[in-house]
Amino acid sequence: MSPNILFVAHVDESGTALPKAAYEALGAALDVAKQLEGSLTIGLIGETVQAVANTVAATGARILGVSGSDFAQPRYASDAAAVEAIATLVAPDIVIAPGTSRFLRVIPGVAGRFKGRVDTHLTSLDLADGVLTARRWFYRQRLEAVLERTARPWFLAMEPGCHEAWAGATATAEVQIVPVLLPAEAKRTAFAGVRAPTADAQTIRPDAKLLFVAGAGWSKKQADGKTHLPEAEAVILDFLRNSGASLGGSKSLVDQSGENQAVLRFMTHLNQVGQTGATPRHPKGLSTCCHGEEPHVVGWRFINERRAVNLDPNCGWARGKADVVYVADAFQVMAKLNRLLAAKALK
Amino acid sequence: MRNAYHIVVCAGIVPDPLQTLEPVTTPTGPALKNEMMLPAVLDPWASHALYEAANLAAHATGSKVWLVSAAPKAKLQQVMMNVAQKASFELIPIDAPANGFADAHAVAGMLADAIQAIPGLDRSGLLLFGGWESASRGAGVTMQLVGEQLGIMDQFQGVDQLTIRPDGSFEILERIEGGRHLVSICQGPPALLGWATGNLPEPKNNPQIGMVNMRTVMPALQKAKPGTLPHDAVRYLSVTPPKQQRQTRIVKDRPADEIAAELLAWILQE
Repeated sequence: MSPNILFVAHVDESGTALPKAAYEALGAALDVAKQLEGSLTIGLIGETVQAVANTVAATGARILGVSGSDFAQPRYASDAAAVEAIATLVAPDIVIAPGTSRFLRVIPGVAGRFKGRVDTHLTSLDLADGVLTARRWFYRQRLEAVLERTARPWFLAMEPGCHEAWAGATATAEVQIVPVLLPAEAKRTAFAGVRAPTADAQTIRPDAKLLFVAGAGWSKKQADGKTHLPEAEAVILDFLRNSGASLGGSKSLVDQSGENQAVLRFMTHLNQVGQTGATPRHPKGLSTCCHGEEPHVVGWRFINERRAVNLDPNCGWARGKADVVYVADAFQVMAKLNRLLAAKALK
Repeated sequence: MRNAYHIVVCAGIVPDPLQTLEPVTTPTGPALKNEMMLPAVLDPWASHALYEAANLAAHATGSKVWLVSAAPKAKLQQVMMNVAQKASFELIPIDAPANGFADAHAVAGMLADAIQAIPGLDRSGLLLFGGWESASRGAGVTMQLVGEQLGIMDQFQGVDQLTIRPDGSFEILERIEGGRHLVSICQGPPALLGWATGNLPEPKNNPQIGMVNMRTVMPALQKAKPGTLPHDAVRYLSVTPPKQQRQTRIVKDRPADEIAAELLAWILQE
């Protein structure tokens, strides 16, 4: 019997499109539906869903929607109720969702309500001897596994950036609205906004082509026996401004701010890359003043081209973890690089 | 307005991040080579949850913190020698071979059962804390499943800040895409918070707290209920470490100008 496959997504903050990760997960869902010869249903959640339904109408899949002001913003209780209502109607064998912060919060709980199983952060879905398998990392990107489950429904949350985004012409979609009435206890939490650093201080840029990592060396005493934190801050912020890079930090540097030591003021735990931080996806990465020890470098698993500037020729980066290691003073190199970038911008 | 909370922190143990991990196949599924020999630590994000719980309890008179952990008893005892010095809590251990390959649904079931069995737990004042992901399975699944089993409808993940407002409601900051935070106002407990790093530094070891904790930790460990995990919930077809080893080019004794020019060309290269 052909399996019932449900793809669920939520409207993005613009209210008129899905997040990029959702179009990627939709691409994966279409692949799976084709390989398993299953039927695909699309479930959409948002204040209004018609506009986003139009963007996926060309898939030819049946489209269900849960809409209304209660579903405009992320909230566990309402999002879970919406996904549950759609899944109840579809009775899926497989549920595929994008691994956005909004859905990673809610999909596991919904899987629990259906006595189903859930796997998240999936980097690919494949068929092995006609059986659906999922690939993901364990132990913070240190071991990669391929797994399968027989229990259904199987909820699968795809990691962003791991599948080509589906794209098709916009058309007028026929959306079947699924009514969901929220009880008062599902409204105990209210959305109160999004807090973001000011545009100038926004140092995390997921779509940047380059990840720039600052290590603890920037806050250490330099050749003259003194620290140069104001200078380090200026050099790093100049570089981020000139290059459009996203800023990452090593744990040792990020932790210093929590311990009230003198630090780079714009560096927070959100910037932390590594075993206990983020594992961002950028085509290139440049590490400076960082030793490249394994707990940090596991956060670089998805950085394709890697270069490092470090005074220590025997640092971790030099042991097969970077493509190029420049044994040099990062203060000097980055200042020169900033001048070159500024000159190029003037041209 | 409520002044006291019953805070339950769920925390597993993981191999020390500096250890090399090598997968092996066992009759019950994949595992880590010499797993019982590897030094372990309390899961990092769950540790932050514990520090936040202890801090909240210290500022809300009458609050209490429980630490619920499913792990091999012997390893948990080692980890407690350090963790027990950092925050006051009552340990609820479950002696189970939980590692990164264990099925999250089964682990969640054990944790939920253990929490429900805590004597005197005030469910109306319950704050269920944990890490938003573990450093072993890293799925960010277990807490939500526990929350569902306990009927907690207000759940938050990637939490960096919890502020109790004068009317007893909470302001909660959760990490979302692009280095931003989602701000939510929750009317109060019961609520589930899967913590990211929060804002508190790791507390320094306090031997006095350690001595008080160990009076209850050791008897609790001796009485730890065994937990069993099913081996057929998930089938692993392969578990492999990444093999990629790069041929690193080391550039020495070059002036900063030249290095900067080479980096510029690399950055601009499509």
